[in-house]
Amino acid sequence: MTDPGPSPSPEQAAQTGTLAAALAVKQRAGGFMVPLATVVLAFLMGGVVVAATQHSVHKALLAYQDIFRGAGLNWIFHPTTNILNIASYNLSQTLLQTTTLILTGLAVAFAFRCGMFNIGGQGQYFVGLIVANWLGVDLAGLSPLPHILLAIAAATLAGAAWAGIAGVLKATVGAHEVITTIMLNWIAIWVGEWLFGDGGPLQNSTQQFVPVSNNVAKSAQLPVFWGTQGFQGLDIGLFIALAALVAFWALINRTTLGYEVRAVGFNPDAAAYGGINVKKNLIRAMAISGAFAGLAGAVDMLGYLYRFGQLDIPVSQVGFLGIAVALLGRNTAIGTMLGALLFGGLLYGTTHGLNATSVIQPELAGNLTYIIQGLVVLFVGADVLILYVWNSRKRLRAQRLPKTAAAPEEAAA
Amino acid sequence: MTDELVLEMRGIRKEFPGVVANDAVSFDVRRGEVHALLGENGAGKSTLMNILYGLYRPDAGEIRLNGRPVSFTSARDAINAGIGMVHQHFMLIPVMTVAENIVLGVEPHNGPLLDESGAEQRVRELSAQFGLAVDPSALVSTITVGQEQRVEILKALYRGADVLILDEPTAVLTPQEAGELFEIIQSLRADGKSIIFISHKLNEVLEIADRITVLRRGKTIETVPREGATEESLARAMVGRDVLLRVQKDPAQPGDVLLSVEDLHVVDERGIEKVRGTSFEVRAGEIVGIAGVDGNGQSELIDAIAGLQKIASGRVVIGGRDSTGEDARGMLDAGLGHIPEDRQRRGLVLEFSIAENVALHDYSRPPDSKWGWLFPGQFIRRAASLIREFDVRGGGPMTRAGGLSGGNQQKVVAAREIARDPKVLIAAQPTRGLDVGAIEYLHRRLVAERDEGRAILLVSLELDEILSLSDRILVLYEGEIVGEHTGEVSEEQIGLEMLGGRERTAV
Repeated sequence: MTDPGPSPSPEQAAQTGTLAAALAVKQRAGGFMVPLATVVLAFLMGGVVVAATQHSVHKALLAYQDIFRGAGLNWIFHPTTNILNIASYNLSQTLLQTTTLILTGLAVAFAFRCGMFNIGGQGQYFVGLIVANWLGVDLAGLSPLPHILLAIAAATLAGAAWAGIAGVLKATVGAHEVITTIMLNWIAIWVGEWLFGDGGPLQNSTQQFVPVSNNVAKSAQLPVFWGTQGFQGLDIGLFIALAALVAFWALINRTTLGYEVRAVGFNPDAAAYGGINVKKNLIRAMAISGAFAGLAGAVDMLGYLYRFGQLDIPVSQVGFLGIAVALLGRNTAIGTMLGALLFGGLLYGTTHGLNATSVIQPELAGNLTYIIQGLVVLFVGADVLILYVWNSRKRLRAQRLPKTAAAPEEAAA
Repeated sequence: MTDELVLEMRGIRKEFPGVVANDAVSFDVRRGEVHALLGENGAGKSTLMNILYGLYRPDAGEIRLNGRPVSFTSARDAINAGIGMVHQHFMLIPVMTVAENIVLGVEPHNGPLLDESGAEQRVRELSAQFGLAVDPSALVSTITVGQEQRVEILKALYRGADVLILDEPTAVLTPQEAGELFEIIQSLRADGKSIIFISHKLNEVLEIADRITVLRRGKTIETVPREGATEESLARAMVGRDVLLRVQKDPAQPGDVLLSVEDLHVVDERGIEKVRGTSFEVRAGEIVGIAGVDGNGQSELIDAIAGLQKIASGRVVIGGRDSTGEDARGMLDAGLGHIPEDRQRRGLVLEFSIAENVALHDYSRPPDSKWGWLFPGQFIRRAASLIREFDVRGGGPMTRAGGLSGGNQQKVVAAREIARDPKVLIAAQPTRGLDVGAIEYLHRRLVAERDEGRAILLVSLELDEILSLSDRILVLYEGEIVGEHTGEVSEEQIGLEMLGGRERTAV
């Protein structure tokens, strides 16, 4: 072995250490600041819409207060477990939405970490819903624990298989996952229409002309821990979602599987060179991604929906919202949780908070939901732009400084 | 050459967030002069030239052209003022003819139509005037790299360039083509053009330049006439310390055959046979260098040995074990180390930390992981000790690999491959784009690993590197080995073989 050359002096080491540390802090700050700025900007723009149409800034502020209350977030000022308290009830409903969004968000985030864009969360969610409903109804008579576990496992696997099709197509013939997952969404939607529609295999057996499924058996329903079973009480699905967050984090950061997923996501060529089977990882990551969405369907079906109708299909958007949640959360576990909480609050807060009061006309109130949601999604998509503005501000400052610093030098020359 | 200054840059300063790329740099060029700009990567050469070419605006300083102060806001301004630049990577449109490429944007026309014959006529005149032989009506996709470069030079001359910037012009050329380029440069100089010649190759600079300016860390270190400058003095100015330019090594003591390639055929995705019946052996304790012009099957040959590309027929035997058809994992397990030709595309996951990159081959086995569960502490510790041993600067185990300089990135790759104790080490373009100090280190290291008894296969487009490191040289031409040399051999001889044993006829 040759002499490896002079090693850096302690001062050098300390310097590089602090530089690297400073850089990491900056990156972390950017990583947190940009999504935050995105949200604030979306809320400001939404506020401008209200203020402009109502000719009143005051009303805009009141509207946001209503959303805040509608989402039950004022609960933190008077915490109580009493579900009859309006804030408690609203919060439980927000958390119900959050549960679903965490799981559909994780579905998008996982594929993203492997370099793929899973737009098929909605379809995978439907497949999970359908399988959970089918087994929840058909296996009536089982005792609760095996029934629930079986239905959840099957729905999760079904979601995985559904997304896995897109993974296989990408790995074998190179079909782009954006195209295939969108097509799989439509297949899931129309299969659902047929299953739940008049005369469909899963349609209600007692009311022949109502295009709705049977209710899942009592033994398949998830226990409710806050509120009333059967009246959209908050079920233990929330804890399943939280467990999924932990599982996601550990899988990505602490397993060889996650290492492979990240390596393939960042640089497939380097991954292949490192001895990683890229195709296997594309299929596996897509399947795991679909598993999260399928689990979301199961948790919704067994947690509070219990049944699903033909008419519910076009209304459901949770799979698509998962995309916004994951993007806002930067495809991390903690970010996805915060993003899901935000969108859960917005979903419930705008629809129920604004309609409950008459601060602004109901026509605007209903649409303000979509305006704010749309703005957040828009700005999330445009966070590159926000980052650019953020960085050019710094660049401008950096440009101003050296000019003054260089002036004496010039004079000396 | 006269003493008349055509270009003066005084006190140029340019700062990027966190880096001062140019700090009070001064640089001038006389009429009819070849002025070399010499410096390591990141010394500020490109920044200075991009300022001159109007792509960056300086934070401070002054540029004078023919005595008058100028301020460019775009490359168009610079071109109109008579500055031309030939980039390292050519910017030509392959489906258009040479003449069309040259006149693009400033076409002579007949009414609304392109005056094709007029354009070709102008190009012919220009190429005759400066001795730049090209066929104006040939499609760019059909001409050689050397000719593409001439087209780029003609493009600049056509736009009236008096000051011509050549950015690392010989990097893509064979020795013969480089010789022809130097003749062209001489004739341009004789015609009163001024040439700025950017390079980090000391011998070239000493051959062609009238004056040499050395930059180091954004500052002008010195401007010296060629007379009296030596490779050693220039290297010292570039690096800031004495540099060992010649690799010192004892004669090889070849042992057992560790890598044996037998009648290998490789076909690429487009169905073109890139490696055509290649056979050779590499023994323990020797460095075998493969010389060749880029695109003659080097990449496919390496990829086939590394299990990254399918072998059509033939055998690859590593350490006595037939490994033909193994995937990348299998080849690694057979005892192969591989410093890939493109460290950023392949050698590293830039977004991963150094530690995670160190684990790239071994993450899936103890001690890095067990039953699929990672133990990051293991590879963080390993990375820390490799960083010390290989003198990687610019960060610790948790630093993002993409944040390191090219030389330090390459050290991380080399450290990972060597630390796995491979029987056979492939080093593909191990010093491409690196500065003198890093090159010196990696060369010493490769010789040291040879002396440890590894079989080293060196593939490089730099003939100097092949000649100074190899114990045996193979010349690859269109997928076949056309020459083998041990002992002394001239650069010209190898250069000739790199072209398939015959001069390519210039058009």
